[in-house]
Amino acid sequence: MSFFLELVANGVAVGGVYALIALGFVLIYKATSIINFATGEFMMIGAYFFYTFMVLLGLPAVPAFILVMACSALLGLVVERAILRHMLGQPTISIIMVTIGLSSILLGLAELIWTSDFKSFPPLFPRAPVIIGEVVIRSNFFWGFIIAMAAVAAFALLFKYAKVGVAMRATADDQMAAFSMGINVRSMFTVAWAMGAIAAALGGLIIGNIGGIQPNLGHLGLTIFPVVILGGLDSIAGAVVGGFIVGIVENLAGGYLHDYVRGDVKELAPFVVLVLILLIKPYGLFGKQEIERL
Amino acid sequence: MRIGDYKVSYAADEAVFRSGTVRFWLGALFVGLAVFPFLAGDYLLYMANLTGIAIVAAVGLNILTGAAGQISLGHAAFVGIGAYTAALLITRLGLPFLLCLPLAGLSAAFFGVIVGAPSMRMKGLYLCIATLAAQVIFEYVFKNWDGLTGGIRGINVPPPSILGFSLNNEFRFYFVTAPVVIIVVTAARNLFRTRVGRAFIAIRDRDFSAELMGISLFRYKLYAFALSSFLAGVAGCLWVNFIKIVTPEHFPLHESIRYLAMIIVGGLGSVLGSIFGAIFMTIVPEVLKSALNLVSAVSPKAMAFLSPLQTVVFGLLIVVFLVFEPHGLAEMWRRVKNYFRLWPFEH
Repeated sequence: MSFFLELVANGVAVGGVYALIALGFVLIYKATSIINFATGEFMMIGAYFFYTFMVLLGLPAVPAFILVMACSALLGLVVERAILRHMLGQPTISIIMVTIGLSSILLGLAELIWTSDFKSFPPLFPRAPVIIGEVVIRSNFFWGFIIAMAAVAAFALLFKYAKVGVAMRATADDQMAAFSMGINVRSMFTVAWAMGAIAAALGGLIIGNIGGIQPNLGHLGLTIFPVVILGGLDSIAGAVVGGFIVGIVENLAGGYLHDYVRGDVKELAPFVVLVLILLIKPYGLFGKQEIERL
Repeated sequence: MRIGDYKVSYAADEAVFRSGTVRFWLGALFVGLAVFPFLAGDYLLYMANLTGIAIVAAVGLNILTGAAGQISLGHAAFVGIGAYTAALLITRLGLPFLLCLPLAGLSAAFFGVIVGAPSMRMKGLYLCIATLAAQVIFEYVFKNWDGLTGGIRGINVPPPSILGFSLNNEFRFYFVTAPVVIIVVTAARNLFRTRVGRAFIAIRDRDFSAELMGISLFRYKLYAFALSSFLAGVAGCLWVNFIKIVTPEHFPLHESIRYLAMIIVGGLGSVLGSIFGAIFMTIVPEVLKSALNLVSAVSPKAMAFLSPLQTVVFGLLIVVFLVFEPHGLAEMWRRVKNYFRLWPFEH
C-alpha cells in the first residue's frame, strides 16, 4: 500500500509540473488556435536561462527567477511577432510545421550557445526528503510541485480578475466581439505567447532542477500532448486535471508494469492513454465540443 | 522553345507528354539518370541511392498530407515497418528481394490503414496527434520486441540479389533504386488523373463538399493512408537492403519530421515538389558540412558546430519556406519555367 501511495504522490508531484507546462500550451492554443510543438523547447530554454543567470552570472535565486520570466516572455513575444504573425489564417499543416521548425531552431541554438553537455543547478532547496504520513517525497519534487501549483494559481487568478486576463478570455471566446469591445486582439495573441512561454519556462526550470538540463530536455514536451488532449485542448482546468492524471498513470505504469513489460513503460503509458482518449472522447474531458460529422 | 498551348483534339489535351519540349527534356533526364552512375564516385552514388529512397517515401507522404490533407507525424514509423518486414522476410523466410518490395509495402499499408482508422472520427490537429502516438508506439515496439525485431541491436540483412546477380555495392544498387523511383513518380503523377487522386484533392480542399459530391470520406482517407504507407514500406524495403541493417534508431520522430520538411520545402501536393524536397534536404546538410570543412582550415574547432548548425538550418528552412514560399521549390521552379517559356520574345 505504501508503495502505491508513494507512486501516486510522485505522480501528483510530476503531474503538477505537467499541468503548468500544459497550461502554457493551452494558453497559446486557446487564444490563437495554434498547436505549439515548440513547448518543450521553450521549457528547455527557460531552464538554460535560469542556469545562465544563477551559475554563469552568479545571481541569487529570486532575481534569477524573475529574470527568467522576463526573458521567456520576451522570447515568446519575439517568436509571435517574427514568425507566427505571418501564419495567421494558414492551413493547419503549415502552422504545425512552423512550430516544429521553430523547435528545431531553438534546439540548435541552445546547443550552439550552451553546448550539449549535461548541466545542473546548485541546490535550491533543503536536501532532506519531505515526509507526509508514510510517504517519502524527494525535496526537489515537493518544492517543484509547490512552485508549479503557485504558478498555476497565479495564472488562474490573472485570468479571472486581471483586465488582461479577461481580455484574453474574451478574445478566445469570440474574436469579432472582442474587437468591437475595443480589445486589441492582435496584442492579445502576443500576450498569449508571452504567457505561454513563461509557463513553459517555469516548468522547464522545475524539471531542470530535478534532473539537470541538456538541450534534449525539450523531448519531454511530447508528454504534454497526452495531457492536453486528455484535458481538452482549450481548457485550462483540463490542463491541470490532465496533468495530474497523466503524472499518476505514468508513475503507476512505471511502478507496476515494469516487471511484465519490456522497456520504458513510463514513457509509453501516456501515449496509450492518448490513443484511448482519442478513440473514446476526442475532445477530452473539458474541451469545447465541435460537433462535426466526418 | 515552346509558344503557347494550342490543341485541336481531345487526345492532345489528354496526352501524358503534352509537347515536344516536354518529351525532349524528359528524354534528356532519363539519359542523364542512366549515365550518372558511370560518372559519379562511390560517395555520390551512395547519396543518390539515399535520395532516391527518400523520394519514394516523400512521394508517399505527399499523397497523404499534400494531396489528401491528412497530416501524419508517423511516416518514419511506416518506413520502419517496411524495413522490418523486408528484413524478416529475407532472413527468416529467405524470400527474394524483388518479392519483398511489394510485400513490405503491403505490410506497411496494413498498419497504415489501422492508424488511419481514427480519421473516421477526427481530423486536423487531432489526427496529427494520433499519428504522433502511432509513431511513439511503433518506435517502442521496434525497440522492445526482441524476439521479432532484435531490439536495439536490430537485424542484419545479407546483400540482396536479383536472379543471382548480387547488388552488393552502391553502383549496382542504383539500378534498382532509379527504376523504382521512376515507377513510383510516374504512378503518383498519374494517380491525380484518376478518380481516387482527384477525390483526395477534393477532400483536402473541402471535406463537406467532397462528401456531398459522393466521395466516401472515410473510405478515401483510408485509401490515402494505405497508398502513402505502401510507398513508405517500399522505401523501407529499399533502405534496409541498401544499408543492410535495421535498428530502431533509424526511425525516430525526427525522421518523420524530416519527411514532412521535404514535402513542405519541395511543395505540398506536388509530386515534383517531393522530388525537389528530397534532393534539397539531402544536399543542404552536405553543403553545410563542406562549408564547415573550409572554415575548419582556419579555426579547427568549427566541425564541433556541425550538428547544432544543421539543426538550426533545418528549422530555419521549414520556417522560411512556410513564411515566404508556402508552395515550395516546385512553385519557384514553375515561375522560372514560365519566365523562360516565351523567352526571349516575351511580348
